[in-house]
Amino acid sequence: MNQEKLLDIITDGQKFDGAYNIRINGKVYDRKTNEFVNIESMKQGSGLEIYVKDNTKGQTIGIPVLLTSGDITEIVLNHFHIGKDCDITIIAGCGIDNCSSCTSQHDGIHTFDVGENSKVKYIERHYGDGEGSGKRIMNPKTIVNLQKNSKLEMVTTQIQGVDETKRETIANIVDGANLVVTEKVQTSDNQKATSIFDVSLNGVDSKAKLVSRVVAKDQSSQDFISDVKGNNKCYAHVECDAIIVNNAKVASTPKIVANHPDASLVHEATIGKIAGEQLMKLLSLGLDEKQAEEVIISGFLR
Amino acid sequence: MLQLVDVCYAVKGKQILNNINITFKDEITVITGANGAGKSTLAKIIMGILKPTSGKILLDGQDITNFNITERAKMGIAFAFQQPVKFKGLKVFDLLRLASPQKDIALSVYLRDVALCAKDYLMRELSGELSGGELKRIEIASALARHSKVTIFDEPEAGIDLWSFSNLVDTFKRFQQEVKGTLIMISHQEKMIQLADTIVVLDSGKIEKMGKTQDILPNLSMKTCSGCGGDR
Repeated sequence: MNQEKLLDIITDGQKFDGAYNIRINGKVYDRKTNEFVNIESMKQGSGLEIYVKDNTKGQTIGIPVLLTSGDITEIVLNHFHIGKDCDITIIAGCGIDNCSSCTSQHDGIHTFDVGENSKVKYIERHYGDGEGSGKRIMNPKTIVNLQKNSKLEMVTTQIQGVDETKRETIANIVDGANLVVTEKVQTSDNQKATSIFDVSLNGVDSKAKLVSRVVAKDQSSQDFISDVKGNNKCYAHVECDAIIVNNAKVASTPKIVANHPDASLVHEATIGKIAGEQLMKLLSLGLDEKQAEEVIISGFLR
Repeated sequence: MLQLVDVCYAVKGKQILNNINITFKDEITVITGANGAGKSTLAKIIMGILKPTSGKILLDGQDITNFNITERAKMGIAFAFQQPVKFKGLKVFDLLRLASPQKDIALSVYLRDVALCAKDYLMRELSGELSGGELKRIEIASALARHSKVTIFDEPEAGIDLWSFSNLVDTFKRFQQEVKGTLIMISHQEKMIQLADTIVVLDSGKIEKMGKTQDILPNLSMKTCSGCGGDR
């Protein structure tokens, strides 16, 4: 697969007209900054310092990563410094096309410092391809520090082809701040995916909503572990829905801890095969079983 | 023309349907009867959701007894389920687009037929964010959208308020005139029974009465008409 096509998949066809940094095979391939957003390489280690000025609105920042040769293992640290009163979108993600017999691995550690009253939408898509026997591994870690009345909305999608992934999200939420995470993961064959959330709601009226929708097929396995601590008057909702196909395994371990009498915390988890009545409804519209399954799964992961 | 010939259905030795013989014409047929009479079972057998223990189902003379649900849908049988199905992630638009064979028709038409405003509903998810009554009306819309020669509605009144239901009765009437097909309604609702051209009354898995509405309706007992959902 050529690099352009891979980039297109992980950015969902989005073209960057603002600041961006495209990283390919461990090196900066292209970078653009503007008057609102500055991107610098880290002085120590591999990664980026991304500075967004106060009051920046309507900007979309792209930081995609591509690995198109085997035998690359990299750890990349990206630090987002987002000023006050911003309203921006960040498009990240990693695409690995590994045609070799060696492992390709990208471990990305993203730290978000979101300033007061700022709103950030972070979209991350992971995709693996290539006919080689080498593994495609991605381990994203996200550290979130939300300042007063700020909001971070994370939409993360593992499209397909990632052999192993361990996703960690650690969040510290203060007064009036809000974290919304929608995570969609699809695994097949013998792939493994783990998602761990450690969320501390420390501020008055802080909020968190974690939604995980996963599809595990074949012999693959997935683990969802969340630990949400309500340390103040706060609200949190954790939802994990999983569809299992064939012999796949999914474990959901949601933990909610109220350390304050006004903490309101909810968790819901459902795991199971595609519901028989859903299939039947689509069959009654003239779809065959395979088509019906595809419609249900693609809708579920949309 | 849809024909049921000596259709029987038994589960674990218990006879649910016994020698059912019905010829459905291109008109509205209401199948009614007390709870447990076998009405919903009969509807599911026509759609292929259940397989009869014995007997035959013929559509335009072709034996479709061993056809599966997909094959029957493609041949022109549509079904509105008694309990609407929820789909996380799928939108009303997606369901109606899948249902409608006429790809150039505005999907808003089907929602208008069930008294829902397309602007408010087309992009809504078919999940718990919609009420039971809204989901039910969308379920009915998805069956109407098929424009099939045979359309089965399993208790279309269940979960729908009386005001909305009056409008739906008109929709069913209009739909039958437009499609000129066979409408089969499983219902206890008096207004629906009055809409019928033919009434079939089931009792304990057998046809108790069958005939033109004017002949059957005056003699229908209250027991038959006042049941409330959840049939086999």
